[in-house]
Amino acid sequence: MEKQWYTISVYSENHVGLLNRISGIFLKRHINIESLNVSKSEIDGVSKFTIVVNTTEDWTRKIVGQIEKQIEVIKAYYHTDDETIYQESALFKIASHLLFDERQIQNIIKEHNSQIVTVSREFFVLAKTGRRHEIDEMHDALEPYGIMQFVRSGRIAVTKAAMPISELLEEFQEN
Amino acid sequence: METLKTKKEEKKKETTMRISGAEAIIHCLLAEGVDLIYGYPGGAIMPVYDELYKFQDKLTHILTRHEQGATHAAQGYARVTGKVGVAMATSGPGATNLVTGIADAQIDSTPMVCITGQVTRSLLGSDAFQETDIVGISTPVTKWNYQITRVEEIPEIMAKAFYIAKSGRPGPVLIDITKNAQFDELDFKYEKCTGVRSYKPVPEPDTAAIEKAAELINNAKKPYIVFGQGVILGKAEEELKALVEKAGIPAAWTILGLSAMDSDHPLNVGMVGMHGNYGPNILTNECDVLIAIGMRFDDRVTGNLATYAKQAKVIHFEIDPAEINKNVKADVAVLGNSKETLGMLLPLINENSHPDWVAEFEAKHQIEYDTLIKNDIYPTKEGLTMGEVIEQINEASGHKAVMVSDVGQHQMIACRYAKFKQTMSNVTSGGLGTMGFGLPAAIGAKMGAMDREVVAIIGDGGYQMTIQELGVIFQHNVPVKIVVLNNEHLGMVRQWQELFFESRYASTVMTNPDFVKIAEGYHIKSRRVVERSELKDAVEEMMASKDPYFLEVKVEKEDNVFPMIPTGASVADIRLK
Repeated sequence: MEKQWYTISVYSENHVGLLNRISGIFLKRHINIESLNVSKSEIDGVSKFTIVVNTTEDWTRKIVGQIEKQIEVIKAYYHTDDETIYQESALFKIASHLLFDERQIQNIIKEHNSQIVTVSREFFVLAKTGRRHEIDEMHDALEPYGIMQFVRSGRIAVTKAAMPISELLEEFQEN
Repeated sequence: METLKTKKEEKKKETTMRISGAEAIIHCLLAEGVDLIYGYPGGAIMPVYDELYKFQDKLTHILTRHEQGATHAAQGYARVTGKVGVAMATSGPGATNLVTGIADAQIDSTPMVCITGQVTRSLLGSDAFQETDIVGISTPVTKWNYQITRVEEIPEIMAKAFYIAKSGRPGPVLIDITKNAQFDELDFKYEKCTGVRSYKPVPEPDTAAIEKAAELINNAKKPYIVFGQGVILGKAEEELKALVEKAGIPAAWTILGLSAMDSDHPLNVGMVGMHGNYGPNILTNECDVLIAIGMRFDDRVTGNLATYAKQAKVIHFEIDPAEINKNVKADVAVLGNSKETLGMLLPLINENSHPDWVAEFEAKHQIEYDTLIKNDIYPTKEGLTMGEVIEQINEASGHKAVMVSDVGQHQMIACRYAKFKQTMSNVTSGGLGTMGFGLPAAIGAKMGAMDREVVAIIGDGGYQMTIQELGVIFQHNVPVKIVVLNNEHLGMVRQWQELFFESRYASTVMTNPDFVKIAEGYHIKSRRVVERSELKDAVEEMMASKDPYFLEVKVEKEDNVFPMIPTGASVADIRLK
């Protein structure tokens, strides 16, 4: 079966140690986590893990099954890129003098729709949100001028289709 | 006002009591119906042991000679009673010594709660004396684990631990309790856990799937059942028997499914898997509908998956959704508790029989009997065989004993030839293959079923891994019958070396001590058999003993276990020699 990108969304209780439990499932099958983001979700007190992997659908399905089996996991889903709206964020730290010495940098900022977060005498910080390739393109454009620091976040994603997670939780509470 | 206040205080007194965390742990155990635990004390768990001393009339603690023994004893107890086994240890090495038993319980779905002491909260993460991250270490091999650092957490977490361990697909839970939480006091009140919102132990059965399964079974020409421990854990033995009889379906078992169905039932066709029976393996690839009940298609069962039952429609009855399509693709997946789903299936099943199909199993059995079984259990050659010892025990026990086995050749022979009338009678380490499991598990099994005969079948290798537990048998006079089948080798590894490594016996030859003298050192009645002529008498003497008994049988050194499906081969390519 063909490998492709899958976004795994895990809704869980906010519990110390659960990340260890979930990452262990990937470890056992030697699947690299390409990106990981943990945040609160649309439901009060429920955490959401967004995990990106590059593997086959068969393995993704098995992994999701084993994640869902963990006691504190409420529900886990997986989706292809086509089924989700997804973004990443990145920060670029660049020497301030370049903003004046290299006119092209201002064009890069505009062309890539990025924002200036802060400016000081020594450096300024650009923030860029978008698809990974868009961030990569901006990185490539800035690189010749010198990037002092660069960081990119994990993917965050919402699905195009509804996720019936709230109903599921209500159902659990009724039982 | 004053009266009201007093009344309030009185009410509070009724429902709660001010006690230490350590005492609270004891009350939690008592509330869960625990009256027997296995363990080993040490610094970080001492407050709990101090309470165990005070509560010894209500709660028996058995001091095993190694923490690993405590877990296996708890497993043995759980496997014959269906109750949650409990093991306790201190922090650090005490806790890490539990890990093998926990992993064993995880892969064999055994309900167990392990309680470990931990260094005091303020020392966590400081590499304190006997500090290990047992929660981190045990995460991959527990159904759930938790570290209690505040005394108030004790009742709720303990209740949750027992609920999770025994509900749904059972498994081990580890609760790590820091020393401060044991010393501190709380207003104790216990409520049993009845649910965890993020955890659905038993999936809802799907009526449509059951109807589809019934249709496939009713139209099958060569239906075949393979059942596992899910039948025992789900208490579905009666439903299984009813299905087998109503539809006339031959049924085979996995090693952990053994004893769920009477060995002498005419439609019980034997064991599947690497050292299973000839017919049940070969005919897996000839059936038209394969009905898997409470089993997980382990690689030791399926052999090469690419050639496993490809011709058959597969119906998978299973409680754990993660098992569906994990190894073998199911045409129909029936999720739920096996008792419930089989109960729903039964009325939809037509009465039927498949005499030609059943005759195929009989014919294959005859081939296996003539080439193998006969020589295994009624040998004419000089050396003693493991099979004849098991056969002798069958005769002496009337198929009524609980059999506990260790891991290796003797285990395969024991499971192949032991006969059972009663469920929950076969205790063995199936998934993990833990050598050293047998002796401590037999202690737990006996203490869980004092009214039954418990026979431990152990090899000379595995016996020496946990031989120290003879101390428990002696101290508490636990009347288990220990049979060591001594071939002076790590027999199964030696067999593989002979077959696949050109007989290079790397580290599989053992120079053993005098096992009879060791047993005598523990004041356990013992006997050694080296001649066939002594075997019957010795086994009868052992079975008649009211006390613990140790029997060493010197068996042929280089016998092999057959049939065998070599690793990676198809079930259809099972070898008779």
